[in-house]
Amino acid sequence: MTGDTKHLPLEDIHMAAGARFGAFAGWSMPLTYPAGVMKEHLHTRERAGLFDISHMKLFEVSGPEAVALLNRACPLDAGALEISQSKLSFFLNEAGGILDDLIVTRLGDIRFMVVANAGNAVADEKHLRALAADFDAKVEPLDRVFLAIQGPEAWAALSRAGIETGSLLFMHGVEPRKNWFMSRSGYTGEDGFEIGLPEADARDLVAKLLDDERVLWIGLAARDSLRLEAGLCLHGQDITPETDPASAALMWAIPKDIRASGAFIGADALRAAVERGPAQKRVGLKPEGRQPVRGGAALFDADGKPAGHVTSGGFGPSAGHPVAMGYVAAPLAKPGTRVFADVRGTKIPVDISSLPFTPHRYRKG
Amino acid sequence: MATTYFTSDHEWLRVEGGIATVGITDYAQEQLGDLVFVELPETGKKLTKGDTAVVVESVKAASDVYAPVDGEITEANGTLSSDPSLVNSAATGAGWLWKMKLADESQLAGLMDEAAYKAHIG
Repeated sequence: MTGDTKHLPLEDIHMAAGARFGAFAGWSMPLTYPAGVMKEHLHTRERAGLFDISHMKLFEVSGPEAVALLNRACPLDAGALEISQSKLSFFLNEAGGILDDLIVTRLGDIRFMVVANAGNAVADEKHLRALAADFDAKVEPLDRVFLAIQGPEAWAALSRAGIETGSLLFMHGVEPRKNWFMSRSGYTGEDGFEIGLPEADARDLVAKLLDDERVLWIGLAARDSLRLEAGLCLHGQDITPETDPASAALMWAIPKDIRASGAFIGADALRAAVERGPAQKRVGLKPEGRQPVRGGAALFDADGKPAGHVTSGGFGPSAGHPVAMGYVAAPLAKPGTRVFADVRGTKIPVDISSLPFTPHRYRKG
Repeated sequence: MATTYFTSDHEWLRVEGGIATVGITDYAQEQLGDLVFVELPETGKKLTKGDTAVVVESVKAASDVYAPVDGEITEANGTLSSDPSLVNSAATGAGWLWKMKLADESQLAGLMDEAAYKAHIG
């Protein structure tokens, strides 16, 4: 692993900030800073957290058939997106399984930005390039630093740093400067922004933001507890090539007419899965008491029969109790249903819970 | 007079009158990060060196704390049920984990003193 571990372009800044590093998706990433995961998490919900997410990959997809390429690659009506509108979508395999989840933003009539997960970036690029061979469209991976600033004071901190975000709404993205991409989006459930930009500009922006007492660096550990409280999926854990959008409770991301007649990869399998009804469904899980229930734990029903499994679990600093998500047999997937998680041989009562655990505070208009 | 010993697994033992009070070191709590739950052992449980005695859970992960020597649990630090963060704020004091009656005091000879432990963590 050490030989080909990738390093963030701003690694020196994280080191100077006292980050503790760990491996994630082939990258050496800041896990925590001296404040620690608990304070970092709460600071993001109360003020503004700055995240280096340069492990994620931005692709520009453009050309006369960019819409057709994206409509083939994703269960998406790319042509129906307004300019600057973003949408959560997926790459599916022929079986309807989720290869990756992505955010697609329309930048212009024939130009789109696709943001992919770190662990899948190489495979995503290969997949998209192979598909692009059949279309008059090109796929260009961008060399950018990618920052997220999240929390109720994120907009004000950006404004002080000279970046006005006023009219931008949740799930919209623009190009405010040359080679910049900024969207009002994130992975915390809070209002916030994700900004892809050249390294030199990023160093300048980071210095300005950190000069603001409202802004604190936030590591991957708090990024994970924030997204879990917000009920957001981590690809590779909560959604995988073995889960389809129906079982993952993500059909809301697929427009109705696309579900019915879209020609995206995996369409037939997904339609069949919807027709059958998923055997298991993704749900929120609230363990009773203080003991966290982690990903991988098996779930059982009241009679002790296997009922599913936990895919992500930990402690929710804002929720004030353990939080988890996982898959349970479809008949059990109702809020309030009690199941039991096996934690080192002890059965911990766990209630099916609606998601998110902490209310989303997106700026929708 | 109590004597304090350390293990290479970043535990400390304060031994007095055949009873060891056991906890994790400040270095260990820093590595683990903010603790949110401590799974405590039952009084009377007999442990062999290397057995899992306690599980400490941070926001992100669960970690085992092993019995550093053979013995029987005489007390667990019940305060940690309501305030696991004591292990972070006072790892070598109020954040102790359990007390055990030593089965074989000669096992202590294999442990480190404070100077050796400091050298161990560099």
